[in-house]
Order: sequence, then C-alpha cells, then structure tokens
Amino acid sequence: MKILTANRLTDGIAVWYADGGWAETVDHADLAHDKAAEDRLEAIGAKAYAANEVVDVNLIDAEVVNGVVQPVRLREKIRAAGPTIRNDLGKQAAKQANWAA
Amino acid sequence: MYRYDEFDHDFVQARVAEFSDQVQRRLAGEITEDQFRPLRLMNGVYLQLHAYMLRIAVPYGTLNGKQLRMLGHIARKYDKGYGHFTTRQNIQFNWPALSDIPAILADLASVEMHAIQTSGNCIRNVTADHFAGAAADEVADPRPYAEILRQWSSVHPEFSFLPRKFKIAVTGAERDRAAIQTHDIGLHLKKNAAGELGFAVYIGGGQGRTPMVARKIRDFLPEADLLSYCTAILRVYNLYGRRDNKYKARIKILVHETGVEEITRQVEAEWQELKDAELKLPEADIRAIEAYFAPPALTGRAGGDQAVKLARLDSKGFSEWLDQNVVTHRHPDYAAVTISLKGIGEVPGDASDSQMEAVADIAEKYGFDELRVSHEQNLILPHVARADLKAVYDALVGIGLATANSNLISDIIACPGLDYCALATARSIPIAQEISRRFASLERQREIGELKLKISGCINACGHHHVGHIGILGVEKKGSELYQVTLGGSADENTSVGEIIGRGFSSGEITDAIELIVETYLGLRLDPQEKFIDAYRRVGPAPFKEALYAGEAKAA
Repeated sequence: MKILTANRLTDGIAVWYADGGWAETVDHADLAHDKAAEDRLEAIGAKAYAANEVVDVNLIDAEVVNGVVQPVRLREKIRAAGPTIRNDLGKQAAKQANWAA
Repeated sequence: MYRYDEFDHDFVQARVAEFSDQVQRRLAGEITEDQFRPLRLMNGVYLQLHAYMLRIAVPYGTLNGKQLRMLGHIARKYDKGYGHFTTRQNIQFNWPALSDIPAILADLASVEMHAIQTSGNCIRNVTADHFAGAAADEVADPRPYAEILRQWSSVHPEFSFLPRKFKIAVTGAERDRAAIQTHDIGLHLKKNAAGELGFAVYIGGGQGRTPMVARKIRDFLPEADLLSYCTAILRVYNLYGRRDNKYKARIKILVHETGVEEITRQVEAEWQELKDAELKLPEADIRAIEAYFAPPALTGRAGGDQAVKLARLDSKGFSEWLDQNVVTHRHPDYAAVTISLKGIGEVPGDASDSQMEAVADIAEKYGFDELRVSHEQNLILPHVARADLKAVYDALVGIGLATANSNLISDIIACPGLDYCALATARSIPIAQEISRRFASLERQREIGELKLKISGCINACGHHHVGHIGILGVEKKGSELYQVTLGGSADENTSVGEIIGRGFSSGEITDAIELIVETYLGLRLDPQEKFIDAYRRVGPAPFKEALYAGEAKAA
C-alpha cells in the first residue's frame, strides 16, 4: 500500500494527502491499494506541486495498524512523528498535548 | 573582532532584500521550486524531514554577546526554542517557516550576521582554531587571514559554481585544533627562519564516502601570496574537477586521480601567472584587517591563582571543571574556557534560547564580549581572568552548562542524523545520548582520558566519524539501523582515517561494543598517560577485533 506525502511550501511542515486535502498527520492518509490508485495519488501530488502548495512530493509505503495508517520505513515513521529524541516536537507533540488534556 | 564596514553592510542588506523578494515571489507562485531551490540554498535554507532548516554563518566561529543573544531571540521567536551548533562552527535552526525567513535574515543583518554561502557549490564558511587569539601555543591569530579569505570568497563570480562545495580551515598553532588536514584547503600559519609569517598549504583533504588526508603542496607561502595561491588552487580545481559524478567532484578526488606532484605543478604554474598581480596582499591591508582582531586589553589580574586554589578546595565540581574545560592562555592571568554543549544524555551541540542569552551575558560580564563556536560543537570563552573562573563556573552551573567533559568520551561530535536530516540513513543523536549516559561517571571518563568519539548518520560523514579515535557510522541495512565502528582516526596534526573494525552492530548492541573497546584499551595501555589513539597506533586493530568478535569465530 502507498500513501502520498510532501512538505507544505509556506512552512515546510510534513503533510499527507487525506480526504481531498493535505493533513498534518498521517493517521488517515488516503491509501492506494493498486497501481491505478497509485497513479491517481501521483497525479494529485504533481498537480499540488505545480500549484505551489507543496514540495518534495513522494509516494511512500504504508500499512494499517490498529485502524491507523503508518509509514513502513523508519525515515517516514520519524517524519510522521517528529524527532525520536524530542517527544515535545513534531506531530507527536500535539498528540501528547491531547493526551494530557 | 571584525566589524562590518559600509560595503559589508550594504552587501548584506542588499542580499536580505533580494532574497526576501525571491521568497515572496515563491510564496506567490511566481517562481517554481526548481527555480527557487538554488536560490534558497545560496541563502542557507534547506528542506529537511520535518520542516525547512536555516544554517547561519558564524565566520571562523567568532561571535559576540549581542550576536549570540540575537540567535537566542530567533530561536524563541521563529523556531522552537533551541539551535544546533555545527561542525563548521555555524548554527542551524530546524523549524523556521519559509515565510518567516526574510524577517530572520533582517534580524541577523542588524547584528552583522547572515546565511550567505552556508550551502551550495561555493567556498563555505572558513573555519579556524577556536582558541585563536588566546592560545598560548600559536605564532599568530589565524582569523585575520580567515577574514581576508571570507571577503575574497563572498559571491566570488569565478568560484560560485564550483564542481562541488569547498571548505577552507586555518590554524595558527603547531597543535592543530582546526582539523586542517580534513579540508579542501588547509592552511597552517607559521613563521619561517627569518621570522616572517606564511602558510604551509595542504589540499585535497576531506571526509564523506571517500575519506582522504590532505597533502602538503607547499611548506611556506608568504602571507602576501595567500589569495593568489588560493585562486590558483581553485582555478585548477574549477577547470579539472569532475562535474560528471557528484561523488567524485571534490578536490580530494582530483588530487588523488591527478597525483600530488602533477597537481602541485599545475597550481604552481597557475600561480606564476597570478602572484605578482592585483591579488598580492598589500602589507598595510593585512595589518588593517589584523587590527580588527586585536586582542582585548588584558589588564594584569594578579591573585587569580590564589583565588582558583581556594575555590578548588571548596568545590570538587569546580576543581574537575578547571582540570577538564579550562586551558592555558597566552596571558598568565587569564584562561580560555570550553562551555560544553554535551551535558550527559543531552543532544550534542544543542543550546536553548535562554542558555544562549545567559552565555551572552557571561561573555559580556567576564569574557570581554568574545565567544567562539568550536568545530567540536561547543562554545568557548577565549579570554577569562583566572580570578573570575569560579564566578563563570557558578553561572554555567546555573544554566546547566558546566559539564566537565571537554575531550572526554562524552564530548561527542554527532550529526543531526535521521531525527532531522533528509539525507541520513540512521539516527546519530540517540546513540550519542546512550553512550554519554553509559559513561556518565566523570571519574570513569577521566580514567579513560582523552578520547574523541564521533558519530555520523550517513556516509556523508558530517559527524566526522572517519577521524574519530572511535568513529561510528550509521547505515540502513534491510530496513534497520546498523552501526559500523572505525578505530584509529584522528583530526589533529597527525591526521589519520580510522579503519573499519569488522561487522556492524545494531542500535541495541552498539553501546556495549563501544564499552568493550574502551575496556580493551584500558586493559592494554602501557600506563594511564598512554591515550587511546596512541595505544591503538601501537597495537593496531587485532586486540579490539579479538574482544569484539572472537566469540563469534568460536561459535562458528
């Protein structure tokens, strides 16, 4: 399975394509289960790049764990969570704050 | 320290305006990413895993309190409250929004700083001995020459599109603290028999996937010929350096493939055409730049030794810090202080906004407003009266920066690795933290003695692993992080590239392996005075291989 990821142009923040837009977390990214779906995601990425919404657009491997989308490679896991050495930074920070609340 | 003249101010302001306009046009969609990428890189803006990264130049690692305070301000206002000091004596911010970068650059320009030429295939920030101007063992301060090189190389039209990036380092002492033999050009400032200043010139050093120790091509170059000779080197490189393969494009490959005799001949031939023309440095100009680096007026502060002696009795922590982080100054009443950014279990090279501001205060109060960034990712107070050392120590304790581990095993160089870097293949920082925690006991670290441990998270070697006494290289193998160990590297006047000791270790095994290497060294050293690197050079890799892998051979 593949998902579409990029960095937002204005602030460089990592984003994933989900439900018709670019989400700041990977959890509910649109999954491509076959080549046709991958092509569709790739076309969306190319269009968003051309429209100067995002940069560094990539299709990456993903899996579903406990109903939540997760990247497969460590590099992409770290992009999706934040630095492993600073749990207060990156996407994981917001999640922690939510739990605390 | 160097102060901008009118030309410098205009140049930096013009660049801020130009790049701000480029950012606005990019955000408005008027220029594409392909068009913008080389422009942002020329201004130090990278795209990393989580966000953009801005690398700010600290020329030859020298800055003052006002500048460091501004870096703290930028960390707080535009970033996430911290900055990362790098092995090129620069600082990086990991989270700036592209839309904020024009404002950051304007703030930097207000304190005579910028991010120009911190990326791209140009001449990068010239680095120098972090004790320059203070060291008891230097023949002269190397920074005036680094400044002359900075002025010459800034937007140099001929050298802005080299085959690859180009790094120059200068030292003014026999004991090389600037790692000059790992640079594209290494300059060793010295005096000839007649007492005249000049340079031994090394070229073709570098790390990355093909580590090479620089070769000396001239034993003495008169100071007046600095720019003409460097121009000759750059011209030969620019003409013959490979542009067909990024991995073979550095001058080290050209030196290796051409041969040092032939390339020396080419450089000297080019130099003959240049040496008596407009690049010859007028004596008055050299001395004028030198005047900017005139040392502060160090008044006699007798009684420092007595104060230090008494304070030692009072505080074990101070005594240990004094032994480890304080070095001899050319003035007997003063000392140079290393502020370790390697607290046990901390991220090597990181400092928070409030730490930066507090260090700026300390430098202004006790250090003649002078600071340095070392290539080993620490901060330096180059001139502190011995009588003030206890006050400085107490202030550093107050902000958590008094770790007494300079040159010990926990004083680790580590690149950002896979926690931040888009090029990395494995994490470096968590490995550094775990090793630091394993060797947390200062007593144990001091028993081990000087040991330079350096970690890179990919083969580009930003963490200098090739020249660590112990080097660790993180790679990705079958989807997991694997750490390869090299031993016997060194980045001083006896530079050597470490040798791979054997198969790599998982992230769970690597700290045990490092501990075993250290225990093996402790078991075989002749006496406590024999440093790790000297013991390794005496016995070679065999005892370490035996300790690490013998069990496997028997099991097989």
